[in-house]
Amino acid sequence: MQLKEKPVYKEIDAVIEKYNKPGGLIRILQKVQDMYGYLSEDVQIYIADRLKLPISEVNGVVTFYSLFSTKPKGKYTIGVCLGTACYVKGANDILKKIKDELKINEDETTEDGLFTLRATRCIGACGLAPVITVGDDVHGRINPGEVPKILSKYREKDVDTNIKNKDKVSCFRVAEYIKE
Amino acid sequence: MSEEIVQLTIDDVEVEVEKGTSILEAALKVGIEIPSLCYLKEINEIGACRVCLVEVEGVKALQASCVYPITQPIKVYTSTERVRKARKRAVELLLSEHDRECTVCIRNLNCELQNVADNLGIRNLRVTGESKNYPIQMDNPFIMRDYNKCISCRRCEAICSKIQEVHVYSAQRRGLNTVIAPAFMRDLGSTNCITCGQCVIACPTASLVEKEAIEDVWAALEDKDKYVVVQTAPSIQVTLGEIFGMETGTIVTGKMVAALRRLGFKKVFPTDLSADLTIMEEAHELIERLQGHGKLPLMSSCCPAWVKFAEHFYPQLLEHLSSCKSPHEMFGALIKTYYAKKEGLDPKKIVSVAVMPCTAKKYEASRPEMGWDGYKDIDYVITTRELGRMIRQAGIHFRNLADEPFDMPFGVSSGAGAIFGATGGVIEAAVRSAYAILNNRNKEMGLIDFEELRGQSGVKEAMVDLGKKKIKVAIAHGTGNARIILDRILNGEHYDYIEIMGCPGGCVGGGGQPILGGRDHKRISLDYRHNRADALYKIDMHSQLRQSHDNPDVRKLYEEFLGEPLGEMSKKLLHTTYTPRGLYFNLLK
Amino acid sequence: MITNIEALNDIRQKAKRQMSLRLDHKQDLQKYDVLVCAGTGCISSESEKVREKLAKVIKEKNLEDRARVLRTGCFGFCKLGPIVVVYPDKTFYCQVSEKDVDKIVEQHLDGGQVVQEILYKSPVDDKIQETMDNITFFEHQRRIALKNCGIIDPEKIEEYIAVDGYFALAKVLNEYKPEEVIEIISASGLRGRGGAGFPTGTKWKFTYSVNSDQKYVVCNADEGDPGAFMDRSILEGDLEVAIEQARKYGLLGKNILGTNFNFDVELRLGAGAFVCGEETALLRSAVGKRGEPRPRPPFPAVSGLWDKPTLVNNVETFANVPKIILNSPEWYAALGTEKSKGTKVFALAGQINNTGLIEVPMGTTLRTIIYDVGGGIPGGKKFKAVQTGGPSGGCIPEQHLDTPIDYESLNSIGSMMGSGGMIVMDESNCMVDIAKFYVEFSQDESCGKCTPCRIGTRRMLELLRKITNGEGALEDLDELVELGQDIKEGSLCGLGQTAPNPVLSTLQYFKDEYIAHVKDKRCPAGVCEKLRRHRVIPEKCIACGLCAKACGVEAVQGEIKKPPYKILDEKCINCGACFEKCPVGAIERG
Repeated sequence: MQLKEKPVYKEIDAVIEKYNKPGGLIRILQKVQDMYGYLSEDVQIYIADRLKLPISEVNGVVTFYSLFSTKPKGKYTIGVCLGTACYVKGANDILKKIKDELKINEDETTEDGLFTLRATRCIGACGLAPVITVGDDVHGRINPGEVPKILSKYREKDVDTNIKNKDKVSCFRVAEYIKE
Repeated sequence: MSEEIVQLTIDDVEVEVEKGTSILEAALKVGIEIPSLCYLKEINEIGACRVCLVEVEGVKALQASCVYPITQPIKVYTSTERVRKARKRAVELLLSEHDRECTVCIRNLNCELQNVADNLGIRNLRVTGESKNYPIQMDNPFIMRDYNKCISCRRCEAICSKIQEVHVYSAQRRGLNTVIAPAFMRDLGSTNCITCGQCVIACPTASLVEKEAIEDVWAALEDKDKYVVVQTAPSIQVTLGEIFGMETGTIVTGKMVAALRRLGFKKVFPTDLSADLTIMEEAHELIERLQGHGKLPLMSSCCPAWVKFAEHFYPQLLEHLSSCKSPHEMFGALIKTYYAKKEGLDPKKIVSVAVMPCTAKKYEASRPEMGWDGYKDIDYVITTRELGRMIRQAGIHFRNLADEPFDMPFGVSSGAGAIFGATGGVIEAAVRSAYAILNNRNKEMGLIDFEELRGQSGVKEAMVDLGKKKIKVAIAHGTGNARIILDRILNGEHYDYIEIMGCPGGCVGGGGQPILGGRDHKRISLDYRHNRADALYKIDMHSQLRQSHDNPDVRKLYEEFLGEPLGEMSKKLLHTTYTPRGLYFNLLK
Repeated sequence: MITNIEALNDIRQKAKRQMSLRLDHKQDLQKYDVLVCAGTGCISSESEKVREKLAKVIKEKNLEDRARVLRTGCFGFCKLGPIVVVYPDKTFYCQVSEKDVDKIVEQHLDGGQVVQEILYKSPVDDKIQETMDNITFFEHQRRIALKNCGIIDPEKIEEYIAVDGYFALAKVLNEYKPEEVIEIISASGLRGRGGAGFPTGTKWKFTYSVNSDQKYVVCNADEGDPGAFMDRSILEGDLEVAIEQARKYGLLGKNILGTNFNFDVELRLGAGAFVCGEETALLRSAVGKRGEPRPRPPFPAVSGLWDKPTLVNNVETFANVPKIILNSPEWYAALGTEKSKGTKVFALAGQINNTGLIEVPMGTTLRTIIYDVGGGIPGGKKFKAVQTGGPSGGCIPEQHLDTPIDYESLNSIGSMMGSGGMIVMDESNCMVDIAKFYVEFSQDESCGKCTPCRIGTRRMLELLRKITNGEGALEDLDELVELGQDIKEGSLCGLGQTAPNPVLSTLQYFKDEYIAHVKDKRCPAGVCEKLRRHRVIPEKCIACGLCAKACGVEAVQGEIKKPPYKILDEKCINCGACFEKCPVGAIERG
C-alpha cells in the first residue's frame, strides 16, 4: 500500500487557524461548508487530519447535524419550510409541487445544477406561512400554483447572469474546482 | 482509601455496596441478573439499549440499571410488570429491524440478543416494519460487517476507541438510519483498522464476525492431492475447551491434537516451536542492538495487530520493531522449505493451515511480504472459534477424546514458547534466552520466573538483570495501553526492550478466541483472561524445557538448515519489513 | 470601561436622554424615532429594504435631525410584517413596503400626519387602531422577557443600559451573597422555560453546592421546535456584537464593575439537531461532538461542560432573572398561577389571524390567547385544536380551551408547555396527518442512541402512514397507544419520552378522525391524499372548464357554460389538480 501524498487546502488551514479551539469542530465545519457549499469526503479527511481527530468522529458529526451537507449543492438551494405553522398551512403540497416541477427529491440537485431541494425547519417567518426560501430570498404565503412562476424567475435570472458574467464561477463549479 | 458503603434493597433484599456501584452490578450480589445488551463492564456504560431498566422508588422514570450509580439508600425493583413490559418492548423493537434468520446465523445459540429475547419470553412481535437492507461488507480477509444484524449497542465503537484507541468506528447519521461504522461506511479493509478483532469479541450478535476460512480448509482436506499441515498457537490449547462447555483455563492440548487428526490434517504441530525459534532470533536481535547495532528499544513484532497499529499510528517508530515475522509465519516458511525437503514433499502440494486466536493473523497471512518465491508462508488462518465449528461439524465428541501428542519433528516446544500467548510472555521468554546467550549459561531454575512481567495490569515496567547488564523493559497489552509507552519513548524516555500485544491480555484475549455470549455467560468481563493466562503459565511450569534455546528441535533446525540466528537463511525466511501507512489518506479515492 | 455602578448609572442617564422619545414619549419636540422591526419574520418580508429606504429618503429630505431610523427586536405581531413604529406616538404601521416609505416620510415625519392606509385594521370589527397601545393583540400581554423588543436597538449596548440593563448584575455583585441570589430566584417561583419546568432556584442551588475549581453557565439557545421562534427573538440582533460591546465596557471579563467577579461568554453554534435542546445533548454539541444525550445522573450540575459542574438554563429563563432581581421575587410571584409563576412567551401560529410572538401571564386561558390575542380563526373556519409544546406536546381540543395554562394543567390534558410553540388548527387540518407530521419530525430528529426512540418512533410513523394510506385497521389504533406508552416509558431522554404525545393526544381527543381513516377509508379534512374525495359544489360552479382541462385522467366532465361539472369517482386519482385550478372554490375535498 502506497501512502498517498497529503493534499493542501490553504483556505481550510486559514479557517482552522482562526477557529481552532477545544471542541471547535462544528464551527470549523460550518465555516468550511460556507466556502465550498458542502463537505466532501476529502475535505472531512483533511479537517480530521489537521485537528488530529479520528475521521470516524468527524464523519459522525457531519452526518448527525442536518445543516451539514455531504453533497454539492446547486446554484440555488430551495428550502421548503416544514415547520409546524407552514405545515398546517399546506407546505407539504408545496414541497410536492416543487418535486414534481423539478423532478427531484429532497436533498437532490437538478441535473443542470441550478436547484437543490431541501426541507427545512421553522425559519421564524411563521407569519408568512407557508414559506419557501430560494437562495437568500424568502417567498411567503404562497400556494402550489405559484411554484412554476417562482422557479422560472430563477431560471431566467441564471440565463441573464451567465450571459452577463461568463467567467463568474458558480458555487457548484467552485466546489468541483477545489476537488481537483 | 476507604470506600463509602451504601445500603439498599433490591427486590426487598438488603445489600451493601460501595458508593457509586451501578444497580446492575449490585443486583448480581443478590443473585439477580438484570438482562442487558449494550452494557460491557467498564468499557461501554451508556444506558442505550434500555433492556436493563428497573424501577427506583421515588424516581418517576424507569432507570437504566447499568449506569445508575447508587449514592444513597434506595429501593430498587427489578422485575415489576412495568419493568418487564418496557424491557420486552425494547427487545421487540430491536428484533423488529433485525435480520432474524437465527437458524443460519453464525452466532446461533451463542447470541446475546437471542438469549435476552428468550429470557424475556418474547414469542411474537407486535409491530414490525422496515428492516435494514445493507450489503454485507467483507472486502478484506479478516472481519465481516453485517449491518443488518447490528443492534447499535456501540460496544464495538467503545472497545475500539477506549481500549484500543484506534477509533475506527463511530456512530454515523441519526435516527433509524444510525449505523455504527467506519467513516463513510467504508469496508474495514480500507480503514486504519488494526484487525485485532476486539470488536468481534465485543459484538453481542453476528454483526461483526471473523471472515471464515472453514470451507477452504475443508476443501483442502478433501483434496487427495494436497498435504494439509496444521499448526496451533500456544493459546489455543487453553481456550478451545470453552467451546465445548469446559471451564475457562482448561488445558486441552492432547484433545486438540487428537481432534485435528480426526479432521484429517496430515501433521499437527505446535506454533510454540516457532515461538522458540522467534525467541532465538529476537534474543539475538536484542543482543545486537544492546551492543550498538540498531535502534533501542527493540520492540517485539509477533503481534500483527500491533504491527499494523504501529504502521498507522507510529510510523516514526517502525525502525524499532524487530524484523522477526510472527511465529506462525516463520513456521509456515519452514514447513514449505525445510520440512518439505526433509520429508521429500513438493511444497506446491503442501497446504499450511494455522489455528490462531486472532483475526489479525488472517490479515498478516495476506500481506504480500509473507511469502517466498511465490509461496505463501501460510495458506489459511482459522480462529479458535472456527476450529471449534469444524470439530462440531464433524460430530467429534471433543470432551471424550483421548489425548494425543504433536507430530515430530516439530512437536517439542519449551514452556517459554507456551507463555507467548499471555501478555509479558514474549519478553519473559526472550530474557531467559538472552541471559543464557550473554552469560554462556542458563539461569538457575527458580530464577527463570519473572513474576513482575506477568499479570493483567495494562502497562508493566521492570529492570531485568541480564547478568552483565541490566535492561529496562516495558510491556503493554491493548493498543490503548501501548500508546502510553510509545508516547513516553517519543518524549525521550529510555527503554531497551518492549513487548506489545494488540489485544488486552495478549493472545488469550485475542479476537479469534471463543466468545462467551452463550446462555451461561451473559456478559463479557475481562476476568476470564486471567484463567486462560494462568493455564499457560501452568504449562510452562510443568514443562521439561523452560528456555527456548534448550529446545533440541530448534537446535537441530539451525544445524541442519538455518545456520545461525540472524544468518542469511534466517533473514530470508524468518524476517520481514514494515510499511508506514497513513491514518486518513488511505481513504482518499 | 465601566468600573463601578456610578459609571454605569452615568451611561444610563445619558442614554435615557437620547431615548426620551421612546422612553418618556415626549411629544412636544417635533422629533421622531422610527423603529423598524428586525425580527426574523419581518426580515423575511424585507423589512431591511424598508429600513434602508427610510434612511435614504430622510437623508434626501434633510430630516435627519428630526427623525432617526433604528432597528429593533421583534414586536411580536409577525403576521403584519414588516412593522414600522414611529415614536413618540407609537404609531403602528404594518405590512409596510418600500413604496410606502415616501409617504411615511413626507406625510408623517415631515408633515405630522399619520398615514392612514398602512395602519392596523382589526379583523374583528374593521376599525383602524392607530397606536400600539390600543391594539387588542398587545392588550392581554404582559411583557417581561420580551420587554425590550420593539423599544431598543439591540446592537447598541447603551440603549440596553438605558432600560436598566446590567443593573441587576450590579445589584447582585454589590448587595447580595450567592446564597441570597439563589434564595431570590427560588422565592420568585421561576421555572425552566425550556420545556420541563424544573424550578430554577433549585437547579442553581444544586449547582452551587457542588465543589469545583471551575464551573460553567450555559445558556441553551438551541431552539429546535419546528414551530417556535421565541428564543431567537428574545436574543435579538447579533450576539457577537452584543458580547463584543459588553467586553469593551468591561461588563464581561475580569473584575466586573470593580469587583473580584470574573465572567466571560463564548458563543457556540449548533448545526441543526432538535435533540440538542436536551441539556446533556447540548453540552456534547457544545464541545463539537454528536449531540447525543446521556442518562442522568450525573446531572450537569455535577458533571457538565468539560465534565465540570454546569448550570444549564434556556434563554427565556435567563431573560426573566434580571427583572426578578430588580423588582422583587414577590413582584414576580404575584403573576401566574399557584405553581407556575410569571409570564410565558409563545410563538402563536397556524390557522390564526394574529400570527406572532406573544407573552402572557401564566394562567391565561387558551381561549384568551386564541381569540383575544390571536384574533381568532381566519376565513370563518371552525377551530379544531391547538397544539402546544411542539413535537413533545399534544393537541388540545375545544373542550379544554378554558384551561388556565401552566405546566401542570397542560400535562393533565395530555400536552405540555414545551418551549412555547402554539399552533392553531382548524377544520381544514387532519389530526391524523398532524400526528404523522410530528412523529415524522421526531423520528428524523431521534439521535439514534436508545432503542425505543430510534426504532419505536419509526414504527409509529409506519403505522400512521399505513392509516393515512387507507391500509390501517382498528387494531393499529390500539397498537399505537401501547407502543406510544412504551416509548414514553423506556426512552433515554426527553425527546423519546415525549415523542408519542402528539399521537396519544390526537387518539384521545380525535379518535373519530382515526376511525374515519381506518374504517370508512376517508379523510374528513381532505388532507390525506389517498383518502380524499373531490366533489364539485354545484351552486358554486361557473362551468369555466379549467378543472376539466387540468385533469390528467379525464375524470372531470361537463360542458362549458353549462354548470355544474362533475367528477367521476371511479376515474379520479385524487391528485388535486382540479382543486388547485378552480378559480371560485367550487371543488371541495374530504
